[in-house]
Amino acid sequence: MNAPGAPIGLSLPRREAGEKATGAALYAGDMVMAGMLHGAIVQSPHAHARILGYDITEAMALPGVRAVVTGDDIEFRYMGLVVKDETAIAKAKVRYIGEPVAAVAAIDVETARRAAQLIEVRYQPLPAVTTIEEALRDGAPLLHEDFAKYTKIYDAPVGRGNLLAHSIATQGDPAKGFAMADAVVEETYAIAAQYHAYMEPCAALAAFDPSGKVTVWSSTQSIFRTQANLHECLGLPMTKIRCIAPRVGGGFGGKSEATIEPIAVLLAKKARAPVRLVLSRNQDMTAMRSRHPGWIRLKTGATREGRLVARECELWFDGGAYADDSPAVMNFALYFVRGPYDIPNVHCEGHAVYTNRMRAGAFRGFGNPQMTFASESQMDALAKKLGMDPIEFRIKNALPKGARWFGGQAVTESTLVEALETARDRAGWIKPLAPAPLGKRRGRGVAAMAHSSAFLSTGAIVRLQNDGTIAVQVGAVDIGQGSDTALAQMAASAFQLPVEQINLATPDTDSAPYNSGTNASRVTFMVGKAVGEAAFKVRDQIIEHAAAMLGVTRDEVSLAPGGRVVVTGGSRRNAEVSFADVAARSIWAVGGPVTGSSAVMASHAMDKSHTKMSGWLSFEAVGIYTFGAQVVEVEIDEVTGAVEIMRAVCVHDVGRAINPGATVGQIEGGFAQGLGYGLFEDMVFEDGRLANPSFMDYKIPSALEVPKKIECVLIEKPEASHPFGARGIGEPPLVGAAAAIANAVANAIGKSITRLPLTPERVLRAMLEE
Amino acid sequence: MSERVAVEFKVNGATHRVSVPATRTLMAVLRDDLGLTGTKNGCEQGVCGSCTVLVDGAPARACLALAATLPGVEIVTVEGLAQGDTLSPVQQAFLDAGAIQCGFCMPGMIIQATALLTENKRPSDDDIRHSISGNLCRCSGYAKVIEAISLAASRLAP
Repeated sequence: MNAPGAPIGLSLPRREAGEKATGAALYAGDMVMAGMLHGAIVQSPHAHARILGYDITEAMALPGVRAVVTGDDIEFRYMGLVVKDETAIAKAKVRYIGEPVAAVAAIDVETARRAAQLIEVRYQPLPAVTTIEEALRDGAPLLHEDFAKYTKIYDAPVGRGNLLAHSIATQGDPAKGFAMADAVVEETYAIAAQYHAYMEPCAALAAFDPSGKVTVWSSTQSIFRTQANLHECLGLPMTKIRCIAPRVGGGFGGKSEATIEPIAVLLAKKARAPVRLVLSRNQDMTAMRSRHPGWIRLKTGATREGRLVARECELWFDGGAYADDSPAVMNFALYFVRGPYDIPNVHCEGHAVYTNRMRAGAFRGFGNPQMTFASESQMDALAKKLGMDPIEFRIKNALPKGARWFGGQAVTESTLVEALETARDRAGWIKPLAPAPLGKRRGRGVAAMAHSSAFLSTGAIVRLQNDGTIAVQVGAVDIGQGSDTALAQMAASAFQLPVEQINLATPDTDSAPYNSGTNASRVTFMVGKAVGEAAFKVRDQIIEHAAAMLGVTRDEVSLAPGGRVVVTGGSRRNAEVSFADVAARSIWAVGGPVTGSSAVMASHAMDKSHTKMSGWLSFEAVGIYTFGAQVVEVEIDEVTGAVEIMRAVCVHDVGRAINPGATVGQIEGGFAQGLGYGLFEDMVFEDGRLANPSFMDYKIPSALEVPKKIECVLIEKPEASHPFGARGIGEPPLVGAAAAIANAVANAIGKSITRLPLTPERVLRAMLEE
Repeated sequence: MSERVAVEFKVNGATHRVSVPATRTLMAVLRDDLGLTGTKNGCEQGVCGSCTVLVDGAPARACLALAATLPGVEIVTVEGLAQGDTLSPVQQAFLDAGAIQCGFCMPGMIIQATALLTENKRPSDDDIRHSISGNLCRCSGYAKVIEAISLAASRLAP
């Protein structure tokens, strides 16, 4: 087998960069079809209300309006990844302010929006619960009276009011562990809701063909999850649902499950015409998803030598009005309760709660950023109490290779110590910071992080085309992270072809094998693995054909760059055939088309003797663990409390960087998104109403807030279980960023702030309280 | 219904005469009437910068500009930057620096950078940072964007 060669490791421009630079790239909201109508939605003004009826006569009377869809148009059919609790559009009840309750299709956007305002929905307001505390109160109104009847894929707490998930896990003997501790720190950490703020608001175009099959082009992270959700909530068989992803303007987890595709399909069906529905920014912010807000009480004990001995964690996530990914996100947070450390005695309990607020869902890191903020803040507090250097303390407790993860699975590689040491050296950790100018304070902080890649299943089909080029069919959507380019580079490397000779098919449920989605730092790892395995099968067949054509044995030929197979020894040395010759033989004479397929899925059994768990989703498909460390320097204005990031050093284990430029882009972008999370991003809900539903009032980092340079250091230790050595790096750069910033702020002001984000007000208050 | 106004302007060198309601934005005209979908709608409030176009050489938010108020102007959208198949130096630099990720903010960002480099041939990193501070990007962390604009400046410098 050839070792991976070029173009692996080259920072090639993205395949679609040219079309994106010229404006030619088509996103769902750019697509048009003959006879296409435009959609608009009506949103609930109530946090909780019974729907008594609709009056659509005025809206329908508006010239240009073709269809109105309400809950009366659908059956009680439910969709959802872990709990099927959500209908295509609100039916019988609304459960949050902003929930889509009706929709219009009209000849243009203006008409559709005007008609939407004319739809009258009659409500009977119900008491609402808009915080975790309210939702759990005795006698609190129930969001989902039918929760017990819903389909669920985990052991859910039934009959416990609005409690959506409750998970417990114990490893070792926590009481004994704490008894051994010389230093114990306990703190409650509060975390805010972060908005994904993908630059492209959710968009979908739905069109039925004469056979009754609907095609949906949408801004999605997963064509197959879109298809599954449509199937579940509309009752259409999958044979009648085709989902395609055109260019996608970012997702970050927010487009993992269905967004507005079900509504677009309902409109297209009723209007008997293609319908394009694009949310405004305000609608996207009030109708879609956020990162989970909530709180984490964490208690950790260590010996005076600095050895972690016990941890206890109580976690509460506000899941909002629909389950979406909440139980999974909450479990994943708990799965990282130890951080990247070897803590022998742990008890944790996590809860996800329904509230009358927009749903929370998957968001880059999937619960881990919240847990890592708590854990890494606490690591610094403990180090301080023990009088130890924070990095030294972390190195001392780093989970080594061969250790077991919290669920009992093996950690097959650990680069944590290397990452911490590299970050320490690169940041000049042992040198004191230059003194702060008058009126400022300076500080430096570190965070270590672990994350996983290799989650959920994937397939690939690789085909030799007649001209000797290669077609790759996968269901993975490139949402901007660069996976199309990385996958093409991997395929090109397998065949020693220039990357231009790889055709990567548009993600389409009609032609691609199943892929779960662009989530969990998994595309380069899992889909790359699937592409590799399928490509190697095709390569074998090419060699088989070529050897027969050249009249030698398989061992006497080898692949050569540029789509050739060459005889390497003997009398026929240097004789060769091209891939096109092989393709011709296969399709006209012998064997049939050269095609390879693969199906991959990580499977690592959880070990109940290591960790006792109840109420958990299975994490057996979690494969490898990836480590990193970040050091941040901050400068704080003593008058305003504003925090400026002066420097960020991000060290991440990437296995092998398939495209180093894109890898660095992921790290820089992930850190910047974590910076927003740490310093100012906060969806403020007042009685369930989002108080800052615009980029005017909800700030994401601009070029002025990010540090002048985000120094990225790649640790490249090829991952043994991946054909090209890659690891996932989509999420890790964000996971610890807020924690590193918080630790730097604590270092600067001598006091740690346990609530995200670290707004100027909070920092100022902390400074004034001293 | 607001009254329609006839207005004539140039877009990417071609003259267009459109009849629009007084409230119709330039963005709607460009995207929906002229099919120039490179100009992106990211917020409809003039905050994100994705819809930035050049109006008589100056960057403007197409989502805030009303088409009826722009008679006689020359508009350049992202589609108007390349010469045939040859990308503009700014576009090429964005490719070469690997600055393009999801790409949704890029038309606005590239237009903004083009405007900056017309005015300031040798911008410092801080000049660039300030110039693009009204163009939000959620993917990149801006480092490669700034690098791309610097690269374009160095290539364009006499």
